[in-house]
Amino acid sequence: MSEGDEVRGNLLYGPQPDVAGASGYPDAPPRMGFFTDTSVCIGCKACEVACKEWNAIPEDGLELTGMSYDNTQSLGADTWRHVAFIEQRKPFGGQEPGVAHEDVDVFAAAARLGTDAASPGPGATAPPPGPAPEGAPAGQISPLSPDGRTELRWLMASDVCKHCTHAACLDVCPTGALFRTEFGTVVVQEDVCNGCGYCVPACPYGVIDQRKDDGRVWKCTLCYDRLGVGMEPACAKSCPTDSIQFGPLEELRERARDRVAQLRAAGVTDARLYGENPEDGVGGDGAFFLLLDDPEVYGLPPDPVVTTRDLPDMWRHAALAAASLAALALGGFLRRPR
Amino acid sequence: MSESDVTRHGVQGTRPGREAPTGTRAGRRRRRRGRGEQPMVPDATFSSYYGKPVLNKPTWKPLDIAGYLYLGGLAGASSLLAAGGQVTGRPGLAAPAKLGAAGAISLSLAALVHDLGRPARFLNMLRVLKPTSPMSVGSWLLAGYAPLTLTAAATEVAGRWRLLGSAATAASAVLGPAVATYTAVLLSDTAVPAWHEGYRELPFVFAGSAATAASGLALAAAPTAEAGPARRTAVLGAALELGAFRTMKRRMGLPAESFDQGRPHLLLRAAELLTAGGAALALFGGRDRRLALASGAALLTGSAALRFGVFHAGVASAEDPAYTVVPQRERLAARGR
Ligand code: SF4
Ligand code: SF4
Repeated sequence: MSEGDEVRGNLLYGPQPDVAGASGYPDAPPRMGFFTDTSVCIGCKACEVACKEWNAIPEDGLELTGMSYDNTQSLGADTWRHVAFIEQRKPFGGQEPGVAHEDVDVFAAAARLGTDAASPGPGATAPPPGPAPEGAPAGQISPLSPDGRTELRWLMASDVCKHCTHAACLDVCPTGALFRTEFGTVVVQEDVCNGCGYCVPACPYGVIDQRKDDGRVWKCTLCYDRLGVGMEPACAKSCPTDSIQFGPLEELRERARDRVAQLRAAGVTDARLYGENPEDGVGGDGAFFLLLDDPEVYGLPPDPVVTTRDLPDMWRHAALAAASLAALALGGFLRRPR
Repeated sequence: MSESDVTRHGVQGTRPGREAPTGTRAGRRRRRRGRGEQPMVPDATFSSYYGKPVLNKPTWKPLDIAGYLYLGGLAGASSLLAAGGQVTGRPGLAAPAKLGAAGAISLSLAALVHDLGRPARFLNMLRVLKPTSPMSVGSWLLAGYAPLTLTAAATEVAGRWRLLGSAATAASAVLGPAVATYTAVLLSDTAVPAWHEGYRELPFVFAGSAATAASGLALAAAPTAEAGPARRTAVLGAALELGAFRTMKRRMGLPAESFDQGRPHLLLRAAELLTAGGAALALFGGRDRRLALASGAALLTGSAALRFGVFHAGVASAEDPAYTVVPQRERLAARGR
């Protein structure tokens, strides 16, 4: 690969360690982003509410979908944080009754057993696990709980604009309404957008959308206004479990790697990071996730690629086609040999 | 595997009762038609979030944007016929082609502005020039091309300033092919599976479709004695359009299905028949005026049906998560992850 290729590749595709610098900010602050750790999300939707409140996003219908507790359904012009809600018949990692209560003195509790009616002891709320039912491989989590109930887990995940390193929405915007901020985030300038709608189908994650009665497009700004004065975005601020973590992207990536290792060690082998890899199809997401199942289960594309990666090739093919059209018309005017 | 889907309209399909596995959706049930092409990819099972689309579908109004694609093609290729007619001394062919180009491009601009969420801000299109945005490049292209066609048409009508008119005709013929094909890049440069995956062939489909539309107009409007080039262009254009479209569908993989289902299928079938029929009429109709009119009408309608078919197929492919998830899964599997 020649040097020119590399430069061009990094404009449209590939790793880009200095997004703000490449967009013309000489002394940019570190790139900021979100790490959404879905393993601790409790689906409270505080982020959705805080986002709506802070950004004054209009109400967009209070309907129950009947599919789950999720009544917002997807990201869009009026939903910049969306909590996905998935019910599965799978055990949640090393889900066992009575673990992680190191601070409980079991001997003291046992000594009180039967003597203190107000404190029935741990045995009353969590019956001791019986032998694994037949069919469960030794040493593995059983698909059935001891009393024969089916295992069940709820996955909750707060989705948001990914603030892509190579953002298709930004690349295709004809007016320059979408721009890269000094924090490396992607923001719409509402006084410039003319509502052409090009960014909507360009986004590989289905994030940005048009507000019908307004005509313009809207999406998460990563609270550009709050960042500017050194505050964290409203959703991260409101998240009671720190499922949404905000900070310099490099730091978040490190923290995320540690967290995955920790979860895996604890038996949650499903844990994986999504969007943290600068080598992926969009050059890495500014907002990335820790997921407990395949991305598509959460409504995320498994291998998104920024559409403009292929743009040089598209222009080449269009130029060839234009030349063929001219040649074809020329052919039409050539006299047939008599 | 469960045979039911839980949608907002309730449970559909066989109720699996207490055995219902949650969180996964069984793969799609293929809607197969009796005739038509056989699926090229085996049935795939995939997970999705309650069957909801991954992408946000285009917000464009079909009449505006498919119409914009069609009229842009009609105008661009008409400019070529206008210049050819002028150079080879066929004023009867050049005149309607010039008027057609000017009319079509004006309407297409009107459709584009009408589709904007904020039409009053249409001039923001010329606020920057971004090579990464086909819509920006297209806007600048049209800003150069539209005045040229209008000048060519105005001098034709006025019968004066011949030199200026010739120069404008020649210049619009230079930009015309780009106007006709850039719209393919406009569609392909999105995450919409049926548009993006066809980016190699779609410009050729649009080039052929533009040629058939423009020759259709010329066949209908020009005296038959001068319409020879239009007849030949119609046949060549139809061959290019139909050939490139087949290649595109063959190479596209799973998203190609969206061309063969529902409304896009009907539109594209009609487009195929009208274009092929119109070209055959042009070829064998000789100098019969009525046959030329019929052929012209068929070609014009066929080209329009193609643009609407491609437009609706893209929207359908964005609405079904299968076309986003399955090809990406296959890509990951091929990379060995
Ligand atoms: S996720 Fe979509 S809207 Fe957000 S930056 Fe990436 S392309 Fe743009
Ligand atoms: S709708 Fe607005 S932000 Fe989106 S591409 Fe058009 S001008 Fe840019």
